[in-house]
Amino acid sequence: MDWTAVALTLKLAACTTVVLGVFGLPLAYWLATTRRAWRPLVDAAVAVPLLLPPTVLGFYFLMSTGPETLVGRLYERLAGGTIPFSFAGVLAASVLYNLPFAVRPFAAGFGAVDPRLVEAARCLGASPARAFMRVMLPLSWPSVLTGLVLAFAHTVGEFGVVLMVGGNIPGVTRTIALSIYDDVQALDYAGANEASLLLLVFAVAVLTLTYGLQRRVVPL
Amino acid sequence: MHVNRLVPTLFILIAAAGAVRTPASEPRLGQPVAAPARTVRVAAASDLKFALDEAISRLKRLDASIEVEAAYGSSGNFHAQLRQHAPFDLYLSADAVYPRDLVRSGIGLERDLFTYAVGRLVVWVPHRSTLPIERDHLRTLVGARRVAIANPRHAPYGRAAEAALRREGIWNQIQPRLVLGENIAQTAQFVQSGAADVGLVAKSLVVAPAMAGAGRYWEIPAHEHAPLVQGGLVLPWASSREAALRVRDYLLSVEGRKLLQAFGFGLPDDSSRLSASPGESSPRAWSREPKVN
Repeated sequence: MDWTAVALTLKLAACTTVVLGVFGLPLAYWLATTRRAWRPLVDAAVAVPLLLPPTVLGFYFLMSTGPETLVGRLYERLAGGTIPFSFAGVLAASVLYNLPFAVRPFAAGFGAVDPRLVEAARCLGASPARAFMRVMLPLSWPSVLTGLVLAFAHTVGEFGVVLMVGGNIPGVTRTIALSIYDDVQALDYAGANEASLLLLVFAVAVLTLTYGLQRRVVPL
Repeated sequence: MHVNRLVPTLFILIAAAGAVRTPASEPRLGQPVAAPARTVRVAAASDLKFALDEAISRLKRLDASIEVEAAYGSSGNFHAQLRQHAPFDLYLSADAVYPRDLVRSGIGLERDLFTYAVGRLVVWVPHRSTLPIERDHLRTLVGARRVAIANPRHAPYGRAAEAALRREGIWNQIQPRLVLGENIAQTAQFVQSGAADVGLVAKSLVVAPAMAGAGRYWEIPAHEHAPLVQGGLVLPWASSREAALRVRDYLLSVEGRKLLQAFGFGLPDDSSRLSASPGESSPRAWSREPKVN
């Protein structure tokens, strides 16, 4: 088993989950509460990775972040190096690709909370942040947890995007999914089998956990 | 009430429509029936993309009764699929190891193995690059930030690239800067997109019209790495064995070999028998097994 790949995969999944937690929660809260006319557009942008094959995202990502592009030049000046083939690049692509898996459950959870409870907290003098942390989050935590678990699990199982923008560098961009692919390509079916079994067990465990959590929420 | 009645009515309508349409679409007796086109489905290595497309259109002109459908991809993927009896008629691998392994595991006959081309490896940079590949050849890579090669673990061009870099004595220096393409076409794409500065890619891709205008290349001499002998296999479940053999024979014919050469391939010493047992044929090429890290 390629333990470097396992460690890298867990690191990538953890970082993706943290980034989606930090940026996804406010975004989801905004989506759940706003009445702006262009909300559907933002909704669509968040959900579009569900419909697009990872090749599309990977292809556009590769084309728009190369060293010749504006984004690529800016990144090089600030951080040095290139976006594709780096951990940061794979992380960015992974965050984009997993956006719906985190933000949609978040937003569904926030939407199910009675807005009057948050308003009551505000009337009693709580700041928006405090109302969110003390009222909204405690009432919707199973959905938030579901979103985070799904984002983590989906990153572990991600293949296409990493294949397109990663460059298969050991310890940097070679995740367990790529390592399995390499095993199959090299006719090492025993190795592929071992890692695949690990992923299968992991996936079943995560889904069982997720469904277990959902049972405890008010049915959505 | 209405809905309950509607559903069975719909079913009856659909069934009736089907009953009416079916006999009409069948050929009637006495009508002339065109000779059925024999379709050959080819699982082809991605370095053949341009050459095989051209070969197919020329073969079509010679023999209109043969329809060739080519799927391009990684030879290793096709190998795994063919082990599960994927419905291809002809397998054109980028490495002679794969078809031989199929025969060893009981798929296909030894007499249906063949070799058809030898891959050539080039150093390739896009036009905008200032890297002096014409002057410094492989040494150029030392000055590059990102070097794209195919994955040496399973891609034949990757193994050849590693061998050439080791022979030049710069493998250890280059290794931290390597990015690995899943196959040789993706490796070329890494360079074309600008994400990698330079790549070691198949000559057959960079001389093809689609890419010839996009960059410059320097050909790595054949003796710098073990020959990239490409082998194939006529599959035992081919729907038309005769048509599959026709395609193979075209590739091995004088015209087919000229075409392959024009598209940047070399030719195997003895076109075309490939042995399933190591030791026969050209042992140097056949004894290479996919390495396990």
